[in-house]
Amino acid sequence: MTGPQPVAKPEVVSGSKAGGGPLIRAGTSLIPDRIFYAAVLSCGLCVLGLVGVIVYQLVTKSALSWHAFGWKFFFRGDWDPVSEQFGAWPFVYGTLVSSLLALMLAVPLAIGVAVFITEMCPRWLKGALAFTTELLAAIPSVIYGLWAIFVMVPLLREYVEPLLGRYFGWTGLFEGTPYGIGMLAAGIILAIMVVPIVSSITREVMTAVPQQQREAVLALGATRWEMIRTGVLRNARAGILGGVILGLGRALGETMAVTMVIGNRPEIARSLFAPGYTMASVIANEFSEATSDTYLSALVEVGLALFLVTIVVNIMAQLLVWSVTRGMPARSHG
Amino acid sequence: MAKTAGQTGQFAIAPVSLWRRGMNSLVTLAAGAAVVAVLVPLGAIFVYLIYKGVGAINWAFLTQIPKPVGEAGGGMANAIAGSGYILAIASIMGVPIGIGAGIYLAEYGRNRFGDLIRFTADVLNGVPSIVVGIVAYGIVVIGQGHFSALAGGVALAIMMIPTITRTTEEMLLLVPNAVKEAAYGLGVSRWRTTLSITLRTATSGVITGVMLAFARVAGETAPLLFTAFGNQYWNWKVSQPTAALSLQIYTYAISPFDEWHRQAWAGALILIVLIVVSVSAVRIVAGRGMLKGAN
Amino acid sequence: MGVGIKVEHLNAWFGKTQALYDISIDVPANHATAVIGPSGCGKSTFVRCLNRMHETIPDARATGKVRMGELDVYNGTAAVQIRRRIGMVFQKANPFPTMSIYDNVAAGLKLNGFHDRKRLDEIVERSLKLSALWDEVKDTLRKKSGASLSGGQQQRLCIARALAVEPEVLLMDEPCSALDPISTGKIEELIFQLKENFTIVIVTHNMQQASRVAEFTGFFLLGKLIEFDKTEKIFTTPSDKRTEDYITGRFG
Repeated sequence: MTGPQPVAKPEVVSGSKAGGGPLIRAGTSLIPDRIFYAAVLSCGLCVLGLVGVIVYQLVTKSALSWHAFGWKFFFRGDWDPVSEQFGAWPFVYGTLVSSLLALMLAVPLAIGVAVFITEMCPRWLKGALAFTTELLAAIPSVIYGLWAIFVMVPLLREYVEPLLGRYFGWTGLFEGTPYGIGMLAAGIILAIMVVPIVSSITREVMTAVPQQQREAVLALGATRWEMIRTGVLRNARAGILGGVILGLGRALGETMAVTMVIGNRPEIARSLFAPGYTMASVIANEFSEATSDTYLSALVEVGLALFLVTIVVNIMAQLLVWSVTRGMPARSHG
Repeated sequence: MAKTAGQTGQFAIAPVSLWRRGMNSLVTLAAGAAVVAVLVPLGAIFVYLIYKGVGAINWAFLTQIPKPVGEAGGGMANAIAGSGYILAIASIMGVPIGIGAGIYLAEYGRNRFGDLIRFTADVLNGVPSIVVGIVAYGIVVIGQGHFSALAGGVALAIMMIPTITRTTEEMLLLVPNAVKEAAYGLGVSRWRTTLSITLRTATSGVITGVMLAFARVAGETAPLLFTAFGNQYWNWKVSQPTAALSLQIYTYAISPFDEWHRQAWAGALILIVLIVVSVSAVRIVAGRGMLKGAN
Repeated sequence: MGVGIKVEHLNAWFGKTQALYDISIDVPANHATAVIGPSGCGKSTFVRCLNRMHETIPDARATGKVRMGELDVYNGTAAVQIRRRIGMVFQKANPFPTMSIYDNVAAGLKLNGFHDRKRLDEIVERSLKLSALWDEVKDTLRKKSGASLSGGQQQRLCIARALAVEPEVLLMDEPCSALDPISTGKIEELIFQLKENFTIVIVTHNMQQASRVAEFTGFFLLGKLIEFDKTEKIFTTPSDKRTEDYITGRFG
């Protein structure tokens, strides 16, 4: 048994001979501590400052347009750079319709995927499936757009839209020539992009529901679906709603993929086959070509509106998600 | 007198009704169908990327700059390099600020003010990337008078900072208190403990967060549209417009030329490979490093 | 030689809750003093006030006077300087997980700016010998990480780490409570040896341990120091009835 060696007792040089050992000259470190604190504090303040900078830039650069057109800016339909008349209603309409269409398609799919992964999936498949859905979130928007232009749009033009036009044309939503490019294409590609977010949040809040809840329902003799419905989904309701709203936020701000397939025409039509224009798209397309100050200012005002709407939507979503997961530090989404 | 269960025999193992069983199976099927419906586009995208992209990737593509319109050949070398250049500029600004803010939140920010910063970071994460482009335009491009790599870098840095801040904070909080106490007990100062002990223990996690922010930002196009703007030639000057891979893909994709479409697929393939590699590397590093570091 | 610690009217709070009430005690130099008492009586808090670790907890504060030799622990000296002269070993061994054994022992010196390689080597060897770990790790000093050792070895590593900065006092907060009997025995032997050159204060909930290693013992109850005397006296003829009740196992 190794214990204190009776043989080689080391010479102990203890404290008060030198009054504190080899560290006698080490300082108090008060000043370095303060400098460090100041440095990291200023980094934290930078984060706050960033929001300030964003708001400042958006507000000041849109002032011109605001003074020229006032509130009506968002309700007028005439976007005419030549005569310097700017009304953003077509973009607002396009943004709303494409986002809502995307949500209608994405939410059932996303919840279905989340339910499958958390409650129905065999253990060995879970990790792979979760990874692949997260992979979807990592694909850049421009690549979605590229694929959409050359693969999805022809599909829509040749097969899907004629079919929809034939059987559902009576609704008025599927009329006109199927170009492929248009509101429907934008809605579909947006839906694909939004599914990963809604699905991952739904999975998160579903996993947060305690096991006891599930067991309580099962013990009453429920089938698996009934258990999921009353034991899990019902408890996670608020969080799922939060996830959906977060998806909405993402859809509202999405630029590249939508720009590439929506047709970029500031028109309002009932048919989903018709081209449209969104707030993000008009900025992307016209910002670098804006010839006059008013033109640029109008575009910035569109950007300001987009900013405010997405902020509000995201805050609502965060609050809802936090209420279920009890404010755990948010993981970076997507 | 009430009849008990045993007497009536009604409550002896009652079969689950056909309706309920049917619903259960239907829902399982629907959920499975949802998974398939989601995986199909994913698979299709990767398949097409490889199918259309591989053919167009060759040595010329990786080393040459674009040829004038109409001529065949040329490549995206300047765009690939440009993306790296802009990302480097963005990182120089974004990574230190992000990590610094994360340190602040973990060490000094367990209070209302810290909550405000946390909340702001989460809000910033949701700002549409095109809006960030407008802001960078206002800050840099207007002042300089022209598009520039710096402007692009600023835009991407703004997008990186909130992500890095939150992940750094999360990783630092995972370091057990006992380890910090050990350092304090030895008379190590606060700043030294935070840097040499806490941050050192959380290193792999913090790097994970930085790489995640990287991967997210590497494919962004919208914020570069009117900041870095793009360039047909090589550019290494910080204050001049610079090509970027994502921008090039976009420009080529919406062009009317088949040759450019081919190259767009090639560029997309390269971009996605770079991103998938970094995301997977992140998972491996995280899986290994965390166990070693934060135990 | 170690120095003694003189505590006068020490009071400590966690936020609004008071944890220590008017503690006055004279910890003698070069002896081991045990601090015993039931859970929650404030013994850990007391010991952590001696090297100002108490104030690392948010909203914690302490008032009173603590003197180590000629040094006033609370007034006029920075906490970091105090902690280099009063070392601490914690309940659960906490070696730095990313550092090798060598780096762990040298950590207190390196992190405080001491980088003389030759002297570091000497100090590391000496500290590991002092804590009876040298023979077991001398071949893998730089190769193995501090966290790869067994529980008992980790705790001895932490003791070596604390000794490397050559403190005058060593505080031990229930150092053996997470260890098996054999490791405990080794550490108790250590304390016996260390007493000659250091002043030791050891918090323990194990009364047998107190009687084995410490010449003096203080009994704490509900934040107050009930009795402080030679260990022998505390355990055979305690002056206070509460002490007697605790010793005989009537509570705690």
